[in-house]
Amino acid sequence: MIALGQFLEVLIGGLMSGVLYSLVALGFVLIFKASGVFNFAQGAMVLLAGLALVRSLDLLVANGFPLWVAIVLGIGFAAVIMATTAWLIERFVIGPLINQDALTLFMSTIGVTFVLEGAAEMIFGSDVYPLRLFPTDAWFVFEGLFPGGILINKLDVWGALIAGILVAGLAIFFQRTKTGRALRAVADDHLAAHSVGIPISWIWFVVWLVAGLVALVAATVWGTKLGVQFSITFLALKALPVLIIGGLTSIPGAIAGGLIVGAGEKLAEVYLGPSIGGGIEYWFGYVLALTVLLVRPQGLFGERIIERI
Amino acid sequence: MLYREVGQFKTTYAEDMAIFPIRQDRIALAILLGIAFIGVPVLASFHIWPFGSEYLLWAILLPFLILALAAIGTNILVGYCGQISLGSGAFMAIGAYSAYKLATGVHVPLTSHGFAISIPPLPVLVSILLGGFMAAGVGILFGIPSLRIKGLYLAVATLAAQFFFDWVFLRVPWFTNYAPSGSVNAPELNFFGVVVRTPIERYLLCLIFVTVIAVLAKNLVRGNLGRQWMAIRDMDIAAELIGIRPLYAKLTAFAVSSFIIGVAGALWAFVYLGSWEPLAFSIDRSLELLFMVIIGGLGSIMGPFVGAAFILIVPIMLNVLPTQLGVPLSTETITHLQFIIFGSLICYLLIKEPHGFARLISIGKEKLRLWPFPY
Repeated sequence: MIALGQFLEVLIGGLMSGVLYSLVALGFVLIFKASGVFNFAQGAMVLLAGLALVRSLDLLVANGFPLWVAIVLGIGFAAVIMATTAWLIERFVIGPLINQDALTLFMSTIGVTFVLEGAAEMIFGSDVYPLRLFPTDAWFVFEGLFPGGILINKLDVWGALIAGILVAGLAIFFQRTKTGRALRAVADDHLAAHSVGIPISWIWFVVWLVAGLVALVAATVWGTKLGVQFSITFLALKALPVLIIGGLTSIPGAIAGGLIVGAGEKLAEVYLGPSIGGGIEYWFGYVLALTVLLVRPQGLFGERIIERI
Repeated sequence: MLYREVGQFKTTYAEDMAIFPIRQDRIALAILLGIAFIGVPVLASFHIWPFGSEYLLWAILLPFLILALAAIGTNILVGYCGQISLGSGAFMAIGAYSAYKLATGVHVPLTSHGFAISIPPLPVLVSILLGGFMAAGVGILFGIPSLRIKGLYLAVATLAAQFFFDWVFLRVPWFTNYAPSGSVNAPELNFFGVVVRTPIERYLLCLIFVTVIAVLAKNLVRGNLGRQWMAIRDMDIAAELIGIRPLYAKLTAFAVSSFIIGVAGALWAFVYLGSWEPLAFSIDRSLELLFMVIIGGLGSIMGPFVGAAFILIVPIMLNVLPTQLGVPLSTETITHLQFIIFGSLICYLLIKEPHGFARLISIGKEKLRLWPFPY
């Protein structure tokens, strides 16, 4: 039973951390769906949101505000920062690059990444800032079934809950609101949407804003887990295989991809790692993504790619 | 009046199909090569300005040449064949580590079979070229998915190569000859008796490699193979319908591109770095190469040189400028400002000229044809 207990513990831990990857991958999907831009800057946006939140929080608490007021104001401030960023990106980078090919747009978001990383660290500082929004202690379940029980991190549970709420919220937003419908129209066909009177630059601003807010949510969870620091930008690279497995255009796909990558890499690390040298978490997600792509070139949930001449 | 092909009559097919059909292009190229092969070494050996110290040669020209070579390789894949690759850094690493292993001797103990494969240390030139071929082999392997996966999905798939090989060279001690720190030292650069040591010699060595490979690449992309690649890039299904085999075209592009990148990686490690760690070939290097190609111009051999110069020189300028102007800034602020300026500059260039410097060069040529009468 110990082996099974350990297996379940690794599996659950992996699934939970996979959900946290999904939080970052969601931002990618939103922007790709609506504008066809592969947004490499998502990791930098998480860093920016996290830094804005944690620094304003520290400042407010130091000035004697009660904690809950500080949290509300801090989140509000970070949201304003993300809105400004979204507007600037749409106005100065994505707007002028309309109708360029995907590679150019992708490279321009790498340029945006540099700017965001530099600006975020220059304005808010470049140390490691601890963030304490969620409990981080461990939690033991099924102690009756397995000796010692199964260790679950409470933060991961919070992360999973938040991701669930976020996906439900986004689904409602996309399916039930007028803006959401306009977003789907733009995603389907820019030109047609434009010609029926949907303001494209406004829609793109909304998309980058939503992606920014998703980044903020990701920052609260990841910031609590790792502390807000520069290395949080590498999350973008962790989220890529998640994205590819799920399909670039599917929101549920991002979650499913996260679960697969999270569970896969943790299990591989524990059961394969010792025999081939450890640290395989580093690339396992990518190899998994490559394998999935060979079977389904558009990812598990992506829209079927139809080729015409 | 200076640049036009009027009056240059071609009387043979060979002249008509020359690599550089316009006389002015040939003259410009000859001048450029003259400066690079004779001017720079002469100036450098007499320490005439701007070669007063070895800084320009070591810190700018040498990395410029090698990275330009790697960028040409990347451009063959991305610019000519249209297969986006984020794994160039990995192929540089494969070139570097294969060349290192071959130059220091390969020993594979197959204890279970009771014998061992041993290759004695090979000459440096042979190792570098074989390093390139090694990279080409792996390139073909990682190119196979490109037959099914396209566009940005392929870009992420090539990241698998990048991360996998980062890990391999970090974790498998066989590749670093069991060096305890994980960092390895290049062997002596002995080219059949000629030992390359000084910066000038290193510069000339890289220059020879770059010139030969650039001319070969230029020749290749205008021929049958290059046209197949471009057809695949422009529309792969249409290309397939007119009888181009995607398998052959894509995999040759991966092979040629990886070969060039692998040779560049071996040069980077042996000639420029001297001793290196896997970190020298990380994802940042891949992105840097992609930037060079895009800013220089997709689908051109001249472009990567301009792109490499830009990507290499701008950060150095940004580093030097504040101290030169006497602006009192902390090093941290300067680093952050560098990030911001570099990022904005890239975005600005992409917006102003999405086709890169190569496009600007060809616009310039068009203008020169009409100059000074713009009718």
